[in-house]
Amino acid sequence: MTQKQTLTMITQRSIEEGIAMEKGKNSREYFNACSVIEMNELDMLRMGIEENTPVRVRSECGEVIVKAIYGIQTLSPGICHIRQGVWANQIVPGRTQSTGVPQYSGFPVCIFPAPNEKVRSARELIFQAVGMGGFTDAKNS
Amino acid sequence: MPKILEGIGCPYCGCSCDDIKVVVSDDGKKILEVENACAIGTEIFLQATSSDRITRPRLRQSDGSWKEISYPEAFDYAAKAIVAAKKPLIYGFGSTTCEAQREAARLMELGCGILDNCASICHGPSLIAHFDNGYPSCTLGEVKNRADVILYWGANPIHAHPRHMSRYAIYPLGFFKGNGFFERTVIVVDPRNTDTAGIADYYLQVKPGHDYELFNAFRMVIYGFEKELPEMVAGIPKQTILEVAGILKQAKFGVFFFGMGLTHTDGRNHNIDIAISLTRDLNQISKWSIMAMRGHFNVAGANRVWCWSYGFPYCLDLTKGNCAHMNPGETSTIDLANRDEIDLFINIGTDAAAHFPIDTVRHLKKHTWITIDPNMSMAAEIADLHIPVGISGVEVPGIVYRMDNVPIQYRKVVDMPEGMLSDEEVLSGIANKVEEILAQEKIGFSITNSHKKIIPAGP
Repeated sequence: MTQKQTLTMITQRSIEEGIAMEKGKNSREYFNACSVIEMNELDMLRMGIEENTPVRVRSECGEVIVKAIYGIQTLSPGICHIRQGVWANQIVPGRTQSTGVPQYSGFPVCIFPAPNEKVRSARELIFQAVGMGGFTDAKNS
Repeated sequence: MPKILEGIGCPYCGCSCDDIKVVVSDDGKKILEVENACAIGTEIFLQATSSDRITRPRLRQSDGSWKEISYPEAFDYAAKAIVAAKKPLIYGFGSTTCEAQREAARLMELGCGILDNCASICHGPSLIAHFDNGYPSCTLGEVKNRADVILYWGANPIHAHPRHMSRYAIYPLGFFKGNGFFERTVIVVDPRNTDTAGIADYYLQVKPGHDYELFNAFRMVIYGFEKELPEMVAGIPKQTILEVAGILKQAKFGVFFFGMGLTHTDGRNHNIDIAISLTRDLNQISKWSIMAMRGHFNVAGANRVWCWSYGFPYCLDLTKGNCAHMNPGETSTIDLANRDEIDLFINIGTDAAAHFPIDTVRHLKKHTWITIDPNMSMAAEIADLHIPVGISGVEVPGIVYRMDNVPIQYRKVVDMPEGMLSDEEVLSGIANKVEEILAQEKIGFSITNSHKKIIPAGP
C-alpha cells in the first residue's frame, strides 16, 4: 500500500506580507504576497507541479488553492511555507495543546496540482466561510 | 513649511523603535516622509493619512450593506449586546495603548466576560513557561552594549522585526562592543534557511517539531554527558552541537531570542520551558539572558496592565466580575470559540478574521461580531458593527511596552480625522453605557449572569 505523501507546513510572517497588510487586505499587494506557497524544487518536480501554477493544499481541517512558487527563503525538501494570513489560515488546525495557540507551524499537508482552479481573493474566502457569500459584491467598504 | 517631528515611536512590531523622524505637511494633516523606520513601519505612517479612511461607526443591515451611525448609538448597541451576552469576549490589543487596555479591563469586569490579547495566539506559551520556570531576561540596551553571542531560535527578525538586528542586537556599536557586528557571534536555529540564517556565523537546520530534543542535547553537553550524545540529534550532527555548545559556554554575555518557531509548533510552552532551563544552566558557566521576540508594538503592554490589575497576563476569565482566573486551553480565545462558548465577540487592535484559523472565525461569526479598528480589516469587513478609531502611535498618544518590557511614551504625529475617537474613549464610552444599563436594571456588579434578559436591538 502506498502511503500519502505529505510535506510539513510552516506559516509565518514575511516582510512582503507585512508591507502588503498595511496597504490593506483587499489590496493586490496582499493577494500577491500571501496567496502563494513556497516549495522546494525537488518536491515540485516529484509532485508534477509547475512553478506559478495553482495547487490545492489540503490539511486535516481544510483546503485552499494557492499559487506554487520556488522557495524565496531556501526550503529543504519536505518543508513548505505559506505566509501568514487569510490563505494560510484556511488550513491551519485549531488544536492548541491546551495553550490557546493553534498549530500555525509544523502540521502535515498534501499538495496536488490544480492548474485549472482559481486562487480566490481574501474577501471571497472569509465571506464564504462565515456564510456571507452573497455579500461579497455588495458595497461593504 | 513642512514640520519635522523627531523621536516618534513606531506602531508596528515589538521593537517599538522610538527614533523615527516624520515629516508632516504644513497644515499638520498629511504625513509626507518617514525616516529611520523599517519598510513596514513606513507603510503604517504613510497609510495613516490616506483619503479612504472610515471615520464614523457603521452598523450592518440585513441586506449586507452598512448604515452610518453616531458614536453614542454605537456605544448603545455594543453595551446592550454585552449585557445580553452570556459570555462576551474582547480580544486583540496588540496595537492599542495601555490606557485603552485598562479601559477594556473595566468593561469586561462590568460585562462579566473574557479578556484576551494577541499573546493568546503568539507568545502565550512563553508566558506559561515564565510562570513555571522564571524569565532571566534583560533590556535591549544591555544587548546592544554588552552582548557578544546572539542566538535566534525559531525567529526571523529580518522579516518580522526588521530593525531588531540593526538597532539592538547585532550591528549597533555598543559601549563595550565598539566594533558592533565584528565582535559578535550570531547563531540561528530554524527549520527554514531564512534570510536571518543567511547572515549567521552558525546555522543549525533543526528538524521541524524537534526543537526540544536539540535543547536537551545542548543541556547534556553543558552537564558533561557529551559522550552519551547520539551522532545526530534533531537533524544536527553531534560535532556541530559540540562546537556550538562551546561558543555558548564561552560567551561573555549571550542573549537568546526566541520566536514563533517555538511557540507555534509541537511542544509549545515546553519548548520555552527547556529554553529557560538551558539559559539557567549556561548561567552556571557564563552570563546569558533570554527574551521573547514579541510581535505587536504593545502586546507586552496588555500583559503588564492586566498582570498588575488581576495577576494574569492573558486568557482572563472575568465571568465572576473582578475575581479573575486564567487557564489557557479553557479560557483562551481559540479554545472557547472552537467549543462555541462565546456569544459575543469584540475584536480590537488586531484582525482576528484574517489571523485565526478559519474554523474559529466561523464559530465566532455565528454570534454578534463587533470590530473596533482604524482600518478596513477583514474583521471589520465581516463585523455587525464596525467602530473606527484613531491609530495608536500615529494619531493617539499613550504608553506602550517594548519587547523587553520597557515602557515608552508614544507621542501623537497628526490629529485624528474630525469627530473620531480613540480606542480608550470608545471603550470608556461603552463601559459607561453598560454601567448605566446595569444601574437602571438595579443589577449589582457582583451578581453575575443574572442580567441576561435584556435583548439588544438587532440590526
